[in-house]
Amino acid sequence: MNKNISEKKNTSSELQENPLLSIRNLQVWFELKKWGFRHAGYVRAVDGVNFDLKKDETIAIVGESGCGKTSLMKTILHLNRPTDGQVVFEGNVINALKSDELKKYRSNVGYVQQDPYGAMPPFMNIQTILEEPLKINGVKDPQERLDRISKVLEEVKMSPASEFLPKFPHQLSGGQQQRVVIARAMIMNPKLLVADEPVSMLDASVRVEILKLLSSLQKEHNLGVIYITHDLSTVRYFSERIFVMYAGKIIEMREVQKLIDDPRHPYTMALLEGTSDPDAENATKQKEIPAGEPPSLVNPPSGCRFHPRCPKMIPGLCEIEYPPEFKADKEGMVACWLYK
Amino acid sequence: MMAKNKKVIQIEDLKLHFRTTKGIVQAVDKVNFDLEENKAVVIVGESGCGKSSLAKAILRLLPRNVSEYSGKVFLRDTETMAMDDEEYQKKIRWVKMSLVPQAAMNALNPVIKVGEQVAEPMMVHYGFEKEKALEQALTMFQHVGVPTDFLHRYPFELSGGMRQRVALAMALVTSPELVILDEPTSALDVLTQANIFNLLKRFKSELSTSFILITHDIATSSEIADRVAVMYAGQMVEINSADRFFKNPRHPYSVKLMNSVPRLYGNEKPEFITGQPPSLINPPTGCRFADRCPKRFDMCVNEPPLYLIDGDLVKCWLFA
Repeated sequence: MNKNISEKKNTSSELQENPLLSIRNLQVWFELKKWGFRHAGYVRAVDGVNFDLKKDETIAIVGESGCGKTSLMKTILHLNRPTDGQVVFEGNVINALKSDELKKYRSNVGYVQQDPYGAMPPFMNIQTILEEPLKINGVKDPQERLDRISKVLEEVKMSPASEFLPKFPHQLSGGQQQRVVIARAMIMNPKLLVADEPVSMLDASVRVEILKLLSSLQKEHNLGVIYITHDLSTVRYFSERIFVMYAGKIIEMREVQKLIDDPRHPYTMALLEGTSDPDAENATKQKEIPAGEPPSLVNPPSGCRFHPRCPKMIPGLCEIEYPPEFKADKEGMVACWLYK
Repeated sequence: MMAKNKKVIQIEDLKLHFRTTKGIVQAVDKVNFDLEENKAVVIVGESGCGKSSLAKAILRLLPRNVSEYSGKVFLRDTETMAMDDEEYQKKIRWVKMSLVPQAAMNALNPVIKVGEQVAEPMMVHYGFEKEKALEQALTMFQHVGVPTDFLHRYPFELSGGMRQRVALAMALVTSPELVILDEPTSALDVLTQANIFNLLKRFKSELSTSFILITHDIATSSEIADRVAVMYAGQMVEINSADRFFKNPRHPYSVKLMNSVPRLYGNEKPEFITGQPPSLINPPTGCRFADRCPKRFDMCVNEPPLYLIDGDLVKCWLFA
């Protein structure tokens, strides 16, 4: 039951009717212990995140290393427990689920990992790898399993499926390995797909192919997809809305094309400036981007967490108080004092 | 008076083949190119095209299973392939040319402080005393933008971007004329990557260093390229000025590569290249790209020569 609807004035996207996934004031803090037992502070990996995902929507979560996107994703997959706040899937609060219901939840969420080779056991062949989720979820009939495996391999364009079943991961190319990982994520007919940097370890020329595959799977199965990446140039081919994360918080949320054409938050502008399109002119100029690195999540800066690096910082305001979410376009939001 | 050779490096018919249980891997197969001083050439290609092997071949960093290693490498006027290993080690490697290897940040020695690691080349190749070498290391740290108090830290205390800068400092500390970088930013974040490229651009103009950058990321390569060289299945199939390459590449493979790059701006949708590069063991005869090429015709069963057009090179029968 969607009881805990956020009381914060969420000027961003209106609460969706029956969203597929709802993240409410999520906080994921990891405790640091000195000498194994003495409390030494918290790593505030996810520090107050709110959003909704519609049933057949693709959203991108963009941010650099250490912004909390992986911790957020792991909490959605129930690999981390929230310190506070809730993950709500189809109206059910995940943390409150018992083991059977949790198993069902897990079969409803597919996970595509970043490193295709690392995601698969090297001693299992493709058939065994794909059978595993089916066996765990109680599909007993071997013929049924084989049929489902063949079907999903055809869907990821690995045909004829029979040729690939006896192969081992090391016998496949990077692109093929990632297709098997996607097949494994899809085999239980999930409603939600979480893809964590699914193409960043693949060659640049193969990335487009895999993203196109994910996009066509999304359309065909009406999946909700969370695409996590730090590569902005791929986002417009595979997402509708984009969430920019910095130091554990979402600092801007917009429709993709609007964000690219008219970024609001200075950090978003820096990310766009730092992304290159292939153009010989680039070699003649220096990029104007903030120096330094994302802050520690143990002691984040006071006020707006980007203020130490922000070229547009307002002294007396930005370092003192964390900005609220201001409306940007009809559906977007930006957490920046420039838009008061 | 003899004009100083304006070319920092000239590579002729460089070959590096490896012996493996499955056969001979023809990783670098008669590669030719040159680089003028103060310029950067970017070598692009898919995984397994031989680009990292090319870096090793140029620097003579060879594994044990070499089956053939031949050709000529001219550094300014000196032909280095003729030198024996000891002379090469003393005079060339890390003196005239150095390398920032792939995932360099993970290649730092975890039990030695980073300052000492950057100082080491000065002690080994120039016989500096430790104190003096550490001073040089400090200067390098300032050049690459690592805070000077990090001199006494260990690699695990630095972030990925900082470690990559340390690796860069290590390659530059002996003021070589040429630095080869193999995928220098592939594991780094966007902003860190952009900062590293800003740094490389400054070095190109301020320190007069030439660069050979090896990468599969075509978009980022445009940040520093004066020239672009494309490798496919162990061979160089196109060398073009950056201006021309990013607007109008010649070789059909280059065209497909450029079309497969996702972009932030513009209306074209990227297209992927069907099929896969051939294995480097027993590569096909004739043009190695023929079976994936939309413009293949009957001449392509023979290996095309390298054609020279306006100072650029293209290995394709379409340009006969």
